[in-house]
Amino acid sequence: MTQQFYVSPEQVMKDRADFARKGIARGRSVVVISCSDGIALVAENPSPSLHKIGEIYDKIGFAAVGKYNEFESLRQAGVRYADVRGYSYDREDVTARGLASVYAQSLGAVFTAEQKPFEVELAVAEVGRTREEDHLYRLTFDGSIADESGFVAMGGQAEAVQNAVAAGWQPDTGFAGAISLALSALAADRHPLPALGADNLEVAVLDRDSETTRGRVRAFRRLANREVRELLGREGTG
Amino acid sequence: MDFPSRDIAGRVTAATTSSFTEHLAQSRPDLLPFGRSLPAGALPATPHATTIVAMAFAGGVLMAGDRRATMGNMIASRHIEKVFPADEYSVIGIAGTAGIAVDLTRLFQVELEHYEKIEGTLLSLEGKANRLGAMIRGNLPLALQGMAVVPLFAGFDTARAVGRLFSYDVTGGRYEELEHHSVGSGSVFARGALKKLWRPDLTEEEAIRVSVEALFDAADDDSATGGPDTIRRLWPIVYTVTRTGARKVAESELATVSEAVVAGRSVLGREA
Repeated sequence: MTQQFYVSPEQVMKDRADFARKGIARGRSVVVISCSDGIALVAENPSPSLHKIGEIYDKIGFAAVGKYNEFESLRQAGVRYADVRGYSYDREDVTARGLASVYAQSLGAVFTAEQKPFEVELAVAEVGRTREEDHLYRLTFDGSIADESGFVAMGGQAEAVQNAVAAGWQPDTGFAGAISLALSALAADRHPLPALGADNLEVAVLDRDSETTRGRVRAFRRLANREVRELLGREGTG
Repeated sequence: MDFPSRDIAGRVTAATTSSFTEHLAQSRPDLLPFGRSLPAGALPATPHATTIVAMAFAGGVLMAGDRRATMGNMIASRHIEKVFPADEYSVIGIAGTAGIAVDLTRLFQVELEHYEKIEGTLLSLEGKANRLGAMIRGNLPLALQGMAVVPLFAGFDTARAVGRLFSYDVTGGRYEELEHHSVGSGSVFARGALKKLWRPDLTEEEAIRVSVEALFDAADDDSATGGPDTIRRLWPIVYTVTRTGARKVAESELATVSEAVVAGRSVLGREA
């Protein structure tokens, strides 16, 4: 008969957390910044089709780092949750807070009950009518949830990126400023300096006034490489 | 015998769907507007939505609906809207039992948006038309009990760069229509008007005028279709879909056109 060894719960949790952290640290970072035009979501991602950033609902966006299959299933679950809620109640009743708490519960359940925890970190962003009404939530692999103000950085070099964004963040910049700040933050503390440009970035925005500027309730808009280049160029010259 | 691992993969694949309707059927079937069995008994009078016209014009398609819903011989609503944007490049118009039709439209809108968000790309126009057909077929048991919904679907096919029209029957049969089409109680009269007034390569403005004329004729002879209401200033709801997407024609524009149609017909001093 095989012998069952005793492992303390503290040790189990610590091992699981270390395992998840290691997985997340291997990936590239993602930055979410709230600014005057709305919320910019910027990820270092060489693939043009396997997205780390996605649309959840009218005013809600999603960004993730870690294992693709895990955060993709969470993204799809989030879209389903939001669409069912909006369909059965009303579009206004879908909020980032509700979504974030569902994410927190499922991440927490997976962390304690499953064979292995999810190696992911998520950000849920909701754009409001003013910058003060923006909501940013950061969710970690164990189901912890944090209400962030202004910006979120996640992924491999999260701390360095977070510090770089914090140093340069101003609430009244536009998308051009926010995206170029994200770009420089993603390159922070890396040697040799990576050649980051429109081609290996994935950029999406949540427009603050999508109703008036585009005539659409859905604020999420993915920026094409050309648009990113234009925005970065404008920031460089102006 | 299956390997357990293959079982899991099979279950994961089976649970993955890009369709919102399928997801609801799996997890919340009570939320679907159709798919429930009704007890025997006579259905009391319920609001019915009526005439919808649609036509092609140079560079796109147009869909228009009157504003009346009837309940037996009563007018249930003078303000109802029966033409809705389905997504950026398509519109849907509904005739039949209003309560179910409005929910079915909402479900169809979410269905298209859900697919777009899950897959990251828009459904093809054919795909959208087929999905709508499947939903109408889902409503067949209710249709047999007197709660039929008959939609008209129009959209801009971005791949072929043309506007296209689809009509349906209660069994979910899908038929592509050329030039123009009309559904609902006043459709016979509207069709007659369309046959005389429609010609190839109408401009958008001309097409709007033709749709208002056709709805006027439908309202003139069908008591369930509402004409332009100059007292309450209610005009038909008109959407156009072109390369740039679906657009709701502004109320002011429709007021001008509707008043011109009414004036044009009164000045003749004949039987309209």
